[in-house]
Amino acid sequence: MELNKVTEDVLKVIDSYGFRQEGAYSLRLNGMAVCHGDSRHIRIVQKEDKPGIDIHISGETKGEQVHIPVIMSQEGVDIVYNDFYIEDGADVTIIAGCGIHGEGCSETRHDGIHSFHVGKNANVKYIENHYAEGDGTGSKVLNPVTKIFVGEDSVFTLETTQIRGVDSTERENYIELAENAKLFVTEKLMTDGNQTAVSNMDVELNGENSSAQIISRTVGKGTSRQVFHPKAVGNNLCHAHIQCDSIIMDQAEISSIPEIDAKHVDAQIVHEAAIGRINDEQLVKLRTFGMTEQEAESVIIESFLK
Amino acid sequence: MLQVEHLSYDVLEEGKQSEILSDVSFNVEDGEMLVITGPNGGGKSTLAKLLMGINKASSGRILLNGEDITDYSIDERAKAGIGFAFQQPPRFKGMTVRRLLSLAAGRALDEKTCCGLLSSVGLCAMEYIDREVDSTLSGGEIKRIEIATVLAKQHKLCVFDEPEAGIDLWSFSMLIKRFEQIHKEKKESMILISHQERIIRMADRIMVISDGKVDSIGSAEEVMPKLFGQEMDSCECRRQKGGELYGT
Repeated sequence: MELNKVTEDVLKVIDSYGFRQEGAYSLRLNGMAVCHGDSRHIRIVQKEDKPGIDIHISGETKGEQVHIPVIMSQEGVDIVYNDFYIEDGADVTIIAGCGIHGEGCSETRHDGIHSFHVGKNANVKYIENHYAEGDGTGSKVLNPVTKIFVGEDSVFTLETTQIRGVDSTERENYIELAENAKLFVTEKLMTDGNQTAVSNMDVELNGENSSAQIISRTVGKGTSRQVFHPKAVGNNLCHAHIQCDSIIMDQAEISSIPEIDAKHVDAQIVHEAAIGRINDEQLVKLRTFGMTEQEAESVIIESFLK
Repeated sequence: MLQVEHLSYDVLEEGKQSEILSDVSFNVEDGEMLVITGPNGGGKSTLAKLLMGINKASSGRILLNGEDITDYSIDERAKAGIGFAFQQPPRFKGMTVRRLLSLAAGRALDEKTCCGLLSSVGLCAMEYIDREVDSTLSGGEIKRIEIATVLAKQHKLCVFDEPEAGIDLWSFSMLIKRFEQIHKEKKESMILISHQERIIRMADRIMVISDGKVDSIGSAEEVMPKLFGQEMDSCECRRQKGGELYGT
């Protein structure tokens, strides 16, 4: 189907892999599933009881991508339920994300409720970009809920990015890891103006030799507020590492509350959290390359969130 | 040519004015290598930072090729042609070595150029080019990358603050060769702050800074004998004990 310029432009921002109407894909626009396609190994089925899709990824999927972007260019609230069923041995990259183009004066909100049921020996990469734009005074809100169940010997990589435009976000993530399952999470977020962001993540390391690495890098500008609460619970012999780094600027407020909870004698869980302003030595170093203070600041933030 | 005229630097410490550098004057000719040495805490690094504009001089003037750069900011001095390698370089989370070198060069560097720069400071380029300049790098590695950032661009004057610190012997030899090459080409003037005899011996001239003042300045032949002859009686405690170490 033909997409208008606003949709095309927002898609470029939220889908860095490049959205195409081929292979396995589903585009949701203003609360409606407007187009979708299956591939030989990936089947997308519209839910009948509620808005959303079921995505069935066969074990024969090797190195394939699924694109499921959501765009909202009209005000209103859109709640969608997407469930992923990933069979044993599948190797897949899922590119999701939501972009809001808000011109109105009332709220535009998208709540994406996702669940991932990952079999054994699978490799799943889930990339989620959140972005908002537009001159409308109505708040642009994204409240994703993500539940991930990672099977034995599987690897799940979650990359979530929200760089600008979203006035308010409350994220809830819940992840369970089976034996030998590995989780890699990278969360990148920047808030400005009077935006707010709350991110809660619970990781249950249930299986023997399961492991989790959670890296959160954020920048708070203006009078924005951020609260992070990653939690790793070791219920077996396992390894987990939580690292939260934030750059605080202007009158922003950032609260970082990493929580580690060992319920097994062989659970090894580490957390690190640091909040601070931009390092002066970094600024000076870049200025010796001929950059102004503002240029150096932009480069530091861009690299930090890359 | 760099001209430094009557440069002084004071700081306010516990309500008291304290002089860190006092009336320092010297020149560095085009293509010349000046090595600044002297005891720890004597003011060498402070002088280097005053040249780069990281600290602002309390009085005095700095001219680069006749242009008065005394009131220039750090970036203006960089644009005027000064390059600076820090004694303790900062680390950058998320920034790759290639990106840092490109920023230093002021243009996107191709892989071949990056590899050449890293090799010249003793780093195996392919191992480092896409690594982040963060705390996973050792002190010696970050130091060599720091030197590579200065070599990434042609300057009128390069200032290296203790380039040898934390570098292993093999890489140190490579570094010496690189400095010798720059020196031979005579395209850039160099100021090296160092305690290393091999570096000191490379100098066209040596300047000794002690207690915030120029103790002596002259050719290697003039200053070297004085420098190493003074070594044993430079300390008041040692002089009193006849040059012996404590406890002996």
